[in-house]
Amino acid sequence: FMQRGLDSQTKKQLEEEEKKIISEEHWYLDVPDLKEKESCIIEERSFLRCEDLVYGRMSFKGFNPEIEKLMIRMNSKCKEEEIEEDDKMEADVSDEEMARRYETLVGTIGKKFLRKRDQRVLKDDDEDDEVEEGNSNTKPSKRAKKMFLKPQD
Amino acid sequence: PQGRLLCGPGLRRSGAGLLVTKCGLLRHRPGGGGAYWVDSQQKRYVPVKGDHVIGIVTAKAGDVFRLDVGGSEPASLSYLAFEGATKRNRPNVQVGDLIYGQFVVANKDMEPEMVCIDSSGKSSGMGIIGQDGFLFKVSLGLIRKLLAPKCEIIQELSQLYPFELVLGMNGRIWVKAKTIQQTLIIVNILEACEYMTAEQRRQALAKLSGT
Repeated sequence: FMQRGLDSQTKKQLEEEEKKIISEEHWYLDVPDLKEKESCIIEERSFLRCEDLVYGRMSFKGFNPEIEKLMIRMNSKCKEEEIEEDDKMEADVSDEEMARRYETLVGTIGKKFLRKRDQRVLKDDDEDDEVEEGNSNTKPSKRAKKMFLKPQD
Repeated sequence: PQGRLLCGPGLRRSGAGLLVTKCGLLRHRPGGGGAYWVDSQQKRYVPVKGDHVIGIVTAKAGDVFRLDVGGSEPASLSYLAFEGATKRNRPNVQVGDLIYGQFVVANKDMEPEMVCIDSSGKSSGMGIIGQDGFLFKVSLGLIRKLLAPKCEIIQELSQLYPFELVLGMNGRIWVKAKTIQQTLIIVNILEACEYMTAEQRRQALAKLSGT
């Protein structure tokens, strides 16, 4: 009863004694700690950090198109602020075109997944109304879908 | 003061103050915490970490190339330091090739080491410089002038003919144009730019574009 606990306690005591002995043996300076002065000065040996130098590889008048692209990319790293403003204007496709394309796209892909009966309905509708988008065409076809009729007793 | 002061080439910290080690003009940049440096003129290049330089391959020693960069020692360049290079896919570098790379280790105690990729692993224009073209040496001050953001010399030259230019911080410039004559014209202008004033330069260029 309580033997294991005693052992651990004695072990702890022994460890503490050992630590004390070791720390007493350690040499330490009696001098108060000197505050490390925060060096406010960074030494730099390259001119690259001091001056705003351009990238060393250049090409003019389309001699080497890859390097011209590289020049734009390297030099634009310095002027990142301007590019952030211009992001909205740089989209290849305008928002209106995107919306138009998306509408028609949904219709064409939706037609692909309709069953045969619904496709026939769609064709009839298409002949009647040419202008209607795919979305409005699918609605009558969905209504035409026959729901399961419970047999009357 | 919160911002750290950058003391550039030509200045050294000693105690609480700065010592000047080179002769020249003291320049100051107010932005980004302030920076001071001495704008000095010299022809001999001392390798500095992060500098982009043009090196000439002088020897192939196993897996490492020795490049002459105009410093006191030849720099070493490992064959794995190219974009897309693996142990099996070695870059095709011969003795006498020109290489545009940057220093990754450059101090007075160790041999300088170069690489041809940047920190993200992309080559971004570094690597072997192609065939043809002309390599010549100018002073370091002229290189820094040419690399300034809006350099008039470069702008005026770019109006003349299509050409390609690689500037190394070790004073070496490589030029390539469509014909040999055009290349030599550009070389002569760049070499003479050091001692010509802006007026003389414009006159010379006007003569050339006239003829």
